[in-house]
Amino acid sequence: MKSTFYYKTKRTTINVLIHIFLLTVALSCLLPLVWMVSSSLKTQETIFQDMSILPREFHFENYYLAWKEGGFGRYFLNSIFYTTSVVLGIVLVSSLAAYAFSRFQFPGKNIIFVLFLAAMMIPIPGSFVPLYVLLNKLHLRNTALGYVLCMINVGLSTSIFLLKTFFDKMPKELEDAARIDGCSKLGIWWNVALPLSKPVLAVVVVFNALNVWNEYFLALLIFDDKRLMPLQLALMTFQGEFITRYHLLMAGMTITVIPILVVYVLMQKYIIKGVTQGAIVG
Amino acid sequence: MRFKSTLENYLFVLPAVSIFTIFYILPFLMVFQLSFFDWDGIVPLKQAIPIGLANFKEIIFQDKIWWQSMLNAGYITLIALTFQNALAFLLAWACDREIRGKHFYRLIFFIPPVLSEVVVGLVWQWILDGDYGLFNHWLLRLGFPQLVRHWLSDPRTALTTVAVVHCWKGFGWGFLIFLAGLQTIPKELYEAARVDGANAWQSFKNITLPLMVPVTVLVAILTVLGTMQAFVLIMAMTGGGPAYHTQVPVLRIFASMRGSSRFGYACAQGIVFGVVLIIVSFIQYRFSKRARA
Repeated sequence: MKSTFYYKTKRTTINVLIHIFLLTVALSCLLPLVWMVSSSLKTQETIFQDMSILPREFHFENYYLAWKEGGFGRYFLNSIFYTTSVVLGIVLVSSLAAYAFSRFQFPGKNIIFVLFLAAMMIPIPGSFVPLYVLLNKLHLRNTALGYVLCMINVGLSTSIFLLKTFFDKMPKELEDAARIDGCSKLGIWWNVALPLSKPVLAVVVVFNALNVWNEYFLALLIFDDKRLMPLQLALMTFQGEFITRYHLLMAGMTITVIPILVVYVLMQKYIIKGVTQGAIVG
Repeated sequence: MRFKSTLENYLFVLPAVSIFTIFYILPFLMVFQLSFFDWDGIVPLKQAIPIGLANFKEIIFQDKIWWQSMLNAGYITLIALTFQNALAFLLAWACDREIRGKHFYRLIFFIPPVLSEVVVGLVWQWILDGDYGLFNHWLLRLGFPQLVRHWLSDPRTALTTVAVVHCWKGFGWGFLIFLAGLQTIPKELYEAARVDGANAWQSFKNITLPLMVPVTVLVAILTVLGTMQAFVLIMAMTGGGPAYHTQVPVLRIFASMRGSSRFGYACAQGIVFGVVLIIVSFIQYRFSKRARA
């Protein structure tokens, strides 16, 4: 008969091994970010020689240089603008549609809804080619409006689906009461349905915000004008033009990443909810 | 009255439907139309030359780089399916127990997925740089000078390196989904197994694995569709080089359009790729049905 001591040590050893495994992976997740920040604080000369994680001197002026000379201040504001307008657009447009899909009857309703669903499932990898042509024709290429509309479209299907599922489960009593009080359909949507759907709206907002902030390819397709570029596109352009100014590139990348990390840490609950729910959808 | 009400209902979906029609449905239909033309994207579309199936013939029978890019994407997908998902599963399994710092680990593992592909690509490109990269520096310091190489510009290592970074960026998704799946398994099952004298391995094999089959299938499908179409990370890390060693299909489509101004050809490539993706998902779907039955 083996003693309890044997089982206890066995258990502890297993736990220690598991922690070593988890910690190694966790470190590998953090290290690139640490190295990015570390590189952003070095100079043009030291960055290629000083391989220490903690730089000998902290050159915080790199951030000023990146913000001003590198233009990342402007790109940052562009990204903020695109993210807020797209998210606002998606919330309004998709909640209107989702509400109608959930509550109203009208001819063609099911077909339209199925089309939106199909858009989530069917991959069309080449569709950016005609999209480019179309945007040119509509004079929307190289405009902020064109980018915002394209990005609203990107987030539309999933957001409609999430919101409709939520509305379907939501009790209708409050809306009935509002209708009896003479509230219009639009009024009920705005005053009753939207406030009640805050939990799912949070998921929609966080996911789409991350998605727009991180988007690169449509921006590449749409913008030629540097003054209109969002951060991701600006980073790639900057890297192409100033291949050796790694310290400023890293500063620009840190500026890009900080808002994402802040939002992620604050909104982790909604992100995990979205991933696990979204997985069930797919 | 009734008519007015229906009209009002349509107004609710009108904004969504208009945006969807212009930016999704119309491009979708135009892909098919354009694929039958030889068109440089500059002259008016009316002057484009209709060439029937010539684009498709060229892709299927002559475009070696295209099929190379398809193989590359398949290779990355294979590594993601095995290495990335095994890692995700192991991590989820390790976190699905009474263990300290569970929430900390969950927080950290999902950091790579919330970062942009551009940032991830550029950071890793910098770390893996042949001359000034941190990775080679550490290899030297740890006493492995024979391993030092230009990871991203050496044709022998570029594709695998890109694949590994892709896994680094993506394993957090699988981890979260696996973890959610593991947490739905009732703990009583394990209790009962222990009472019946099962050891840890037996209960893992006979309870955890069978119950995780549907979740695993789901993660596999998401991995394949996501990885086959991945390209921004590669754009940021290698731009498809050295030579064509890290080219993937979407990069080829973009190159046909931007680089060689062959809009029709790019659309045809998109269709070929879309068909391949649909076939792959269909096969996976059939497999998953059999696995579930």
